Amino acid sequence: MSTSAMSTSRATRSSGAYLVIAIVAVIDLVLLYGVTLMYAQGELAFAMLVLVLAAAGSWVFISRKGYNYRYIYPSLLGVSTFIVFPLIYTVNVAFTNYSSNHLLSLERVRTIHLAKTFRTGGESFAFKLYQEGPGLRLVLIGAAAGDEHYLTEPFTERNEPQELKAFVSSHLPTGAVLPIRKVIKKRSVLQKLDIVLPDGTELAMTSLRKFGAIARVYRPDDHADRQYPEQNAALIDNRTGQTIYPDMETGYYTNEDGTEQIGPGFTIYTGWDNFVRVFTDPGIQGPFLKIFTWTVIFAALSVTFTLVIGLLMACLVQWEPLKGNGVYRLLLILPYAVPAFISILIFRGLFNQNFGEINLLLDMLFGIKPEWFSNELLAKSMVIIVNTWLGYPYMMILCIGLLKSIPDDLYEASAIDGASPAQNLFHITIPMIIKPLIPLLIASFAFNFNNLVLIALLTDGAPDMLHATTPAGATDILVSYTFRIAFGSYGQDYGLASAIATAIFLMVGFIAWVNLKATRQLQ
Amino acid sequence: MAMVQPRNLKYRVWTARILMWLFLLVILFPFFMIISVSLRTGNFATGSLIPENPSLEHWYLALGIPWENADGSITQPPFPVLTWLWNSIKVAIISSALILILSTTGAYAFARLRFRFKQQMLTAMMILQMFPAVLALVAIYSLFDQIGDFIPWLGLDSLGSVTLAYLGGMALHIWLIKGYFETIDNSLEEAAAIDGATPWQAFRFVLLPLSVPILAVVFILAFIASIAEYPVASVLLQSMDNLTLAVGSRQYLNPQNYLWGDFAAAAVLSGFPITIIFLACQRWIVGGLTSGGVKG
Repeated sequence: MSTSAMSTSRATRSSGAYLVIAIVAVIDLVLLYGVTLMYAQGELAFAMLVLVLAAAGSWVFISRKGYNYRYIYPSLLGVSTFIVFPLIYTVNVAFTNYSSNHLLSLERVRTIHLAKTFRTGGESFAFKLYQEGPGLRLVLIGAAAGDEHYLTEPFTERNEPQELKAFVSSHLPTGAVLPIRKVIKKRSVLQKLDIVLPDGTELAMTSLRKFGAIARVYRPDDHADRQYPEQNAALIDNRTGQTIYPDMETGYYTNEDGTEQIGPGFTIYTGWDNFVRVFTDPGIQGPFLKIFTWTVIFAALSVTFTLVIGLLMACLVQWEPLKGNGVYRLLLILPYAVPAFISILIFRGLFNQNFGEINLLLDMLFGIKPEWFSNELLAKSMVIIVNTWLGYPYMMILCIGLLKSIPDDLYEASAIDGASPAQNLFHITIPMIIKPLIPLLIASFAFNFNNLVLIALLTDGAPDMLHATTPAGATDILVSYTFRIAFGSYGQDYGLASAIATAIFLMVGFIAWVNLKATRQLQ
Repeated sequence: MAMVQPRNLKYRVWTARILMWLFLLVILFPFFMIISVSLRTGNFATGSLIPENPSLEHWYLALGIPWENADGSITQPPFPVLTWLWNSIKVAIISSALILILSTTGAYAFARLRFRFKQQMLTAMMILQMFPAVLALVAIYSLFDQIGDFIPWLGLDSLGSVTLAYLGGMALHIWLIKGYFETIDNSLEEAAAIDGATPWQAFRFVLLPLSVPILAVVFILAFIASIAEYPVASVLLQSMDNLTLAVGSRQYLNPQNYLWGDFAAAAVLSGFPITIIFLACQRWIVGGLTSGGVKG
């Protein structure tokens, strides 16, 4: 192609090219600064990744050999950052115990432990809070300190821990003393203060009127000769002199004999544990298999029903003797045009057991009030009904497009032979459109397989299954089950969720492969 | 049309027509219902299809105007619906524009330029677009949590993070645009090249003006997809004023705080403009869905 040959021609290096180099240089500088920051924070993997991407980007935009990649680089960067990287990251998380109990790295957990304090029971001080201009100051009065008292440096109201120095003073601050009512209002600020006296004693708020002496619970264990696993992270308890060390099996700090676990936990690699749990823990395995079956049934039924209704409607709309086809078409597309989240929520309200209009109508006509959300079979039927309503216009649109490509003379010939509409449908229409339709049906199956929005907004999995370790419901499909494990309200287990997501990757990958085969066959 | 007509045509047409009307009645029932509910008094009143004593209270509340009840008490709007709608529109416009820029240049390279691994990259894109972002939510959540340590406006609970996360929907659009580019004869670009145009100039001044229809379709498709997206936004956004419409609307139908009437008005108010946009553009959207998307 001549366009690619052009890129090597001499004429391209103009002032524009220097501008490009300047822009790339600026972007690179910003990114290098970011990389240094990340490296300093110990995020080695991220730093490397950004470095590699920045280097590749600079090469593509400066070198002439990389010219053709200039157009593809931004989109590849986007696809790899927002699709590929999250997929790989998810698989990685599947092999860890990352969850609401094991949220932080070992490093951060150690820092948290080192910052823990306890009341030593030593001297305690009554305090007065002074307003001095925009800032605040504390006066601490000891029980037996006579006239002398401690005065802290001024501080502002901040919702984060602050360390304040206090010094011996004989005079009071110039501002006004705040009444106890205002002190109570500011107690969340006061509770975060850490006041250091000149002799090194630390004080923290112990009650609404007192500050008391505190001390660190843990200090780092400096004895390099002791044999603990991960000993450089080990800590000594100042109260008992016991050593605690991080247990790399459970993800918690434990004492020497391993009987006591001290939270918060940290994230560790647990190998295949999450996958083993899916297939052996009866509280997960049972729901998982049930949900998997239902997911397949749900996706298959959705595709079937939407296809049947969509095809019939497409045939009707295309049928010329039926006048006003344009209006019918517009009205039939309406369920597809309204954003799905709105229509799903509308159905959630309409199907409501007590206030819903559907039950009102059924009650009036037949005197029944079905329990759409608590009966398993009814809930499942409702999900399918709503999904058919949502999905048939898409199938109809596709079918209309395909019907147009069938030559008219086929129907002409069948009409001469006196064929019925049903014969036309089964012997001409369906055989003519089924081949190009198959990849679309597979794609539709894959979409419904992962149709989280429908389940999350309509039933949220209801009715709940009994005997499940993690919340699982009868209408849950695999993704919504995963979603609830990861972001539900009962303790978030990201590791387990990622393990199930990894299993779904494999299934979707398989569907995608089948789809690719079917598409290739078409050509 | 000289088609052979069966004798009982009239009878058949009427059967089809009645079936169609019945079907439409069932299909459109939810829409009639929701409009009727939005005009009812109170959140719990059950009534007939046409409200007996219509009131605009839910509409006032949806528009953020406090409503004075008959007994003189004032009802405050329960949720900032207009803020949510505005958030949704902001996110959708910025993310769709970014998707359009990135996927257009990418599609140009795939359709016109030669480079290594082109076929493999295309196949990879085809497969990747079948993996929805839903499956990698844990990673997306964790990723933006960490980005937030460095860049706060891209961290959790920011509209920036949602906008960026939506760029993942790009793979499908690259295919769509590439399919369209391939239907345009490249002799025009070759002529431009002979006159000394760089590939960039051929792309910018020859190909792009010819592709405005598909660019519009991709923008609208990305816009609608982003407005209707629920899972990613529900995970990334937390505070009431930052929610997008899709996440916020759910708050209305909590079992503890069931605001059916208020929801109805908010749903009609926010659903209407999007529906109109879709219907106005349906001709092009349908064309895009059936042609570009399915080409192998």
